[in-house]
Amino acid sequence: MSGPGGAPALEADGVTVRYGDVLALDGVTLRLGRGTVCGLIGMNGSGKSTLFKALLGMVDLTAGTVRVDGGTPARARRRGAVGYVPQTEAVDWAFPVSVRDVVMMGRYGHLGITRRPRPADHEAVEAALERVELTDLADRQIGQLSGGQRKRAFVARGIAQDARTMLLDEPFAGVDKRSEATIVRLLRELAADGRTVLVSSHDLHALPQLADEAVLLLRRVLFHGSVAEALEPDNLARTFGLDVSDARGGGAA
Amino acid sequence: MTLVDLLVEPWTFDFMARAFVTTTIAAVVAALLSCWLVLVGWSLMGDAVSHAVLPGVVLAYILGAPFALGALVFGGLAVVLIGAVRDTGRVKEDAAIGIVFTTLFALGLVLVSVTPSQTDLSHIIFGNVLGISSSELLQVAVLAVVGSAVLLVKRRDLVLFAFDPTHAHAIGLSTRRLSALLLGVLALTAVVTLQVVGVILVVAMLIIPGATASLLTQRFGRMLVLAPTISALSSIVGIYLSYWLDAASGGMVVLVQGAVFAVVLLAGPRSALLRGRARRRVRARVSR
Ligand SMILES: Nc1ncnc2c1ncn2[C@@H]1O[C@H](COP(=O)(O)OP(=O)(O)OP(=O)(O)O)[C@@H](O)[C@H]1O
Ligand SMILES: [Mg+2]
Repeated sequence: MSGPGGAPALEADGVTVRYGDVLALDGVTLRLGRGTVCGLIGMNGSGKSTLFKALLGMVDLTAGTVRVDGGTPARARRRGAVGYVPQTEAVDWAFPVSVRDVVMMGRYGHLGITRRPRPADHEAVEAALERVELTDLADRQIGQLSGGQRKRAFVARGIAQDARTMLLDEPFAGVDKRSEATIVRLLRELAADGRTVLVSSHDLHALPQLADEAVLLLRRVLFHGSVAEALEPDNLARTFGLDVSDARGGGAA
Repeated sequence: MTLVDLLVEPWTFDFMARAFVTTTIAAVVAALLSCWLVLVGWSLMGDAVSHAVLPGVVLAYILGAPFALGALVFGGLAVVLIGAVRDTGRVKEDAAIGIVFTTLFALGLVLVSVTPSQTDLSHIIFGNVLGISSSELLQVAVLAVVGSAVLLVKRRDLVLFAFDPTHAHAIGLSTRRLSALLLGVLALTAVVTLQVVGVILVVAMLIIPGATASLLTQRFGRMLVLAPTISALSSIVGIYLSYWLDAASGGMVVLVQGAVFAVVLLAGPRSALLRGRARRRVRARVSR
């Protein structure tokens, strides 16, 4: 599963994370190759966001190691190699920035000390906006977008950043079918470019079109393999700890 | 006496001219900083650091060192202590902040009470912009220029830090360093502003202008223009009022700023009253 460079794009080895008494991740081992979309499936509190934070080097690991592109997370961050689309609840939607401002933030790693954008940066931002079909709404305050448009704005930020690896935390929560289809298409395009995309979700119905592989998470990795196998009732029952027909129908919560 | 006389008369006194200039400078730098403080949600932190600098300023006075140095040391000390108390996990963060800053402020009050020449030092607590000297004015100006320059040079990083610290971290910026930078400017600005309104009311100048501006625009760039403008104008009105009414200058400046905030909140373009219930319901749904 490793790409042309040899090393996997993302590598977690025995990653354990504790918040005080709470064991959020327990020996998570995971390897992702380049050019793939991987769905990270788990119920609320299963540790999806924590795994992202571990991959970004944002939480102290109790045990284990993380490698991104064969190097430390810190090195990957300095190179702007990791793009991150936050969970909706983590964003202050009343913040006085426009959609374009948000996408421009993807360029900051490429810019000088004052982060004054150059013409090439403006072009990259316009191109990214175009790609997610938000050009017309670029001057709106970020909170004045619909749920799906907000997600697309953050995906555009990752595109403008030119990140080789994209981590998306629940991009389909509160998103309608059309926006969902747009986001799925975008992520497939990114993978076709050779980027690695890790998408967390507790929602299953987009998974077959979206992902090449799936990881089922409940503090530990319960399963890692093909999407079809991941969706088998036994696996889902273990992941969500509830009646399987519920999980398949309602997208489980 | 005509209106023009009323407006011009104060300027014929050197001390009033100095007061106007000092107030304007402090109002501008405090308002710039306030734009970030209200967005990061650091009102309580602003309150804490601005009170906690008191013992530093008093010690600097005793040792003959620059006020700014003492303020930076104790502002930093306050932040470290708050972090240490919070990280014990035994009390919540707001309690940690409340305990640390009031204790440091109390230390400052005690130091003031045991230091000879108490008159000077009580000015630090209540402000005494009408009695400011030329050299103090110069110090204020230098600190304000430094503080504003840092904020403006780093403004994009600081906005990103306020809006999405995770992304800031993900692209290799140090959120720790950015928050230290903001806290450092906060300590400097506290020194500047306490000359006008005193330690007790500094936090008003650090919150009200940014909050007022955020009611008027949804563009951060415009906040950076509106907040200092409103803050400077209302502070100047406050100084006039204190002159005409012979009332406390620091209190007057903050009263006017608070009044302007109230007017904008109730009657401004994005006011809740004008919007009506239906719009508010829509917003509540959107913001979910
Ligand atoms: N900052 C924190 N402090 C303490 N506990 C935390 C913290 N963040 C998460 N947790 C706990 O760690 C566990 C995993 O949380 P995490 O946010 O990673 O789950 P998640 O899979 O992203 O859930 P969701 O689907 O609700 O987003 C949960 O039990 C949560 O309560
Ligand atoms: Mg989560």
